Amino acid sequence: MTAPIRRDVLQDLDQFRSEARQWLETNCPESQRQPMQAEDQYYGGRNARFPSADAQLWFERMRDKGWICPEWPTEYGGGGLTPQHAKIIKEEMKAVRARTPLYSLGIWMLGPALLEFGNEEQKQQHIPAIINGEVRWCQGYSEPGSGSDLASLQCKAEDQGDHFLVNGSKIWTTAADKSDWIFCLVRTDPNAKNQEGISFLLIDMDDPGVTTTPIELISGESEFCQTFFDNVKVPKSNLVGELNQGWSVAKALLVHERKLMSELGSESPREVLVPSAAARQYLDMVDGKIADAQLRADLVDYDMTMHAIGLTHFRTFEEKLADTRSAAPLVMKYVGTEAEKTKSELLLAILGSQGLGWEGEGFSQAELDTLRLWAMSKAMTIAGGTSEIQLNVIAKNVLQLPQS
Amino acid sequence: MALVLNEEQRFLRDAAREFLNANAPVEALRKLRDDKDPTGYSSELWHQMAELGWASIILPEEYGGLDFGFTGLGVVMEETGRTLTASPLLASAVVGASALLLAGSEKQKSSLLPKVAAGELTLALALEESHHHRPTHINTTATTEGANIVLNGRKTFVVDGHSADQLLVVARSSGEAESERGLSLLLVPRDAPGVSVQRTIMADSRNAANIVFEQVSVSSDALVGPAGEAWAVLEQVLDRGRVALAAEMLGLALEAFERTVAYLKEREQFGTLIGSFQGLQHRAAQMQAELELCRSVVLQALSTVDDAPEQLPLLASLAKAKLNELVKLVTNEAVQMHGGIGVTDELEIGFFLKRARVAMQIFGDTGFHKDRYATLCGY
Ligand SMILES: Cc1cc2nc3c(=O)[nH]c(=O)nc-3n(C[C@H](O)[C@H](O)[C@H](O)COP(=O)(O)OP(=O)(O)OC[C@H]3O[C@@H](n4cnc5c(N)ncnc54)[C@H](O)[C@@H]3O)c2cc1C
Repeated sequence: MTAPIRRDVLQDLDQFRSEARQWLETNCPESQRQPMQAEDQYYGGRNARFPSADAQLWFERMRDKGWICPEWPTEYGGGGLTPQHAKIIKEEMKAVRARTPLYSLGIWMLGPALLEFGNEEQKQQHIPAIINGEVRWCQGYSEPGSGSDLASLQCKAEDQGDHFLVNGSKIWTTAADKSDWIFCLVRTDPNAKNQEGISFLLIDMDDPGVTTTPIELISGESEFCQTFFDNVKVPKSNLVGELNQGWSVAKALLVHERKLMSELGSESPREVLVPSAAARQYLDMVDGKIADAQLRADLVDYDMTMHAIGLTHFRTFEEKLADTRSAAPLVMKYVGTEAEKTKSELLLAILGSQGLGWEGEGFSQAELDTLRLWAMSKAMTIAGGTSEIQLNVIAKNVLQLPQS
Repeated sequence: MALVLNEEQRFLRDAAREFLNANAPVEALRKLRDDKDPTGYSSELWHQMAELGWASIILPEEYGGLDFGFTGLGVVMEETGRTLTASPLLASAVVGASALLLAGSEKQKSSLLPKVAAGELTLALALEESHHHRPTHINTTATTEGANIVLNGRKTFVVDGHSADQLLVVARSSGEAESERGLSLLLVPRDAPGVSVQRTIMADSRNAANIVFEQVSVSSDALVGPAGEAWAVLEQVLDRGRVALAAEMLGLALEAFERTVAYLKEREQFGTLIGSFQGLQHRAAQMQAELELCRSVVLQALSTVDDAPEQLPLLASLAKAKLNELVKLVTNEAVQMHGGIGVTDELEIGFFLKRARVAMQIFGDTGFHKDRYATLCGY
């Protein structure tokens, strides 16, 4: 019995795969195939500088090839390819260990939403700039009083005829201090109930009245900020979708965010330790087995879970191609980020005191990174909708359980 | 595409579901139990299943099979898991048939497999000798005496052993106790002189048996594959059985889960539906997440049998371990979330709970498969 994929399509994909591999082998500089440190990541933006000449070369080649966003339409600078082709590029990049040339919230979150909800002018203005790495975007949703209960947000945009006047603040805005533009949810109708009075607005952070204050995290980094808006004038043309209909844009975008987060673990840019390899390096082995029975049991549980998660990612991809749907995509953010936390705890346990070094001498870079990533892993089940909220969503949307 | 069913497979699933709901719902198992049915399954039902081709799904056409592959088998197994249908499907049409197919001589295959495919002949694997799955711990002996081979030993937990026509007996021809080397596979009629069969009534109201072999003499034609070299094939046969059983367990878990979610939408306490309580919602959502992961694992394991047998050991152990944990979780939660009625015999949830426990032991418990998976991963 054969699966319902036509043979000529398969042949075309096979050929594309070998061409892609060859192109990557030829065009990805050797230095761009090494594990990365955080400072090697290129996020683009008005003030960005490439981490190295090779990073620039690599980015420009990928951009000119149309492979920064292989699935986006060609008229805005995308590659115009099918999901199958895009997946092959991703897999082949992984196979040659090519670095991601451009890290971008514009690519992962805003772009897909703009392509769906933006008007022609907005697409022309923003999509090529995202692909070309000219503008760095951040996400302004959460507020001090509105986290999980996002629809209660208060940051307001008042209609002033030709522009909106924005006042309020956003919090946990990742990289707000390094970004050029912010996509925001703002309240445009104070009288409407919760999600009904919310709009989706694009704001240039160079505009007068926008300020940011970094916040330090338990990982020692200050990845995110509080962002303040004080009488900021925003042109009406920056409204995406209809007035007071921003919630539907946000919901579509959230799907992309959660998908991204569920896959993040497998795509970490740093040279992260793999638990099973670390176990062989750091633990006593007897007859080829980890001597510590508890750690061996924990490790096999983790490996099995990751194996199952990997297969489920494949399944959701195949379902997409076959135009069938299951509940799998809705559980992946929850299982993926919980597994990331489990992994970090496992690595810490495997490394023992050698995994507890905060900085300086006596520890390898990988060991220091392990601890920092452990701290960061705690954020994974909070950002993009907490695990508890994910479970609420599964209960409501998949199981259709009654809401109290 | 291995992880999505194609049209034929979906069609088979729908047909299987319809047939089983009409002819072999959980009530049928209750009736077999209450009537103390001597066979433990309905022969009439088994013949109907065979007519639908289910006994021959994995066999090649030359032996009367449908050659529909393991993914096809999986959808049927899954549906029989939903209805807890008692039949020789696993023991005979999967495990027994695989053993003959992979190790049998051309003569054995052409004379026996068409009968197995037609459901006319049933097989059972007589393997276990202790209360845990230890496939190399074989003390039953196979000794050559002239032109014959003589079997001595005791087997336990032989699934469908009291009703099968022929037993596939794992015995030791040579080698040390617990060694993979020196194992042989022999075909012995259940009613051969010296074979005594004790039916054991198990928690799941299905069939198993303790079997004693005392000076059982068979001709050397009874050997399936070369003497002393059965391990490689036995391991593959067991892996196929594990994967098929995992598919059944997925169906079992899905059915118990769906019935429970339905109850959450129906039962009221404190003036509201109990499904509105977040304490229950989150536990249900976590089960949904596990079910999604397990579905992927089962589909991949099934297609591995046909497409990448070299990866089968890893996938089979992944599937069996994961599904063992899943059915334990889901059946326990199903009982708990039904409250008092959940522990009554009247509610069918109890049948799911009990079948789950038996299935968890067949062909290796959770610890067995986690240890095997870790060993295969090199730690
Ligand atoms: C690393 C990181 C990066 C982030 N980046 C951004 C960003 O770029 N832009 C942005 O806008 N936001 C960002 N966030 C914010 C993130 O979206 C929020 O932190 C998140 O939605 C939770 O909101 P909160 O922090 O207010 O927690 P709260 O909502 O106050 O939650 C506190 C606890 O209560 C639980 N809880 C809340 N409601 C319920 C409920 N209904 N049922 C059960 N339990 C519940 C939560 O699960 C949590 O355990 C980021 C967060 C992190 C950690």
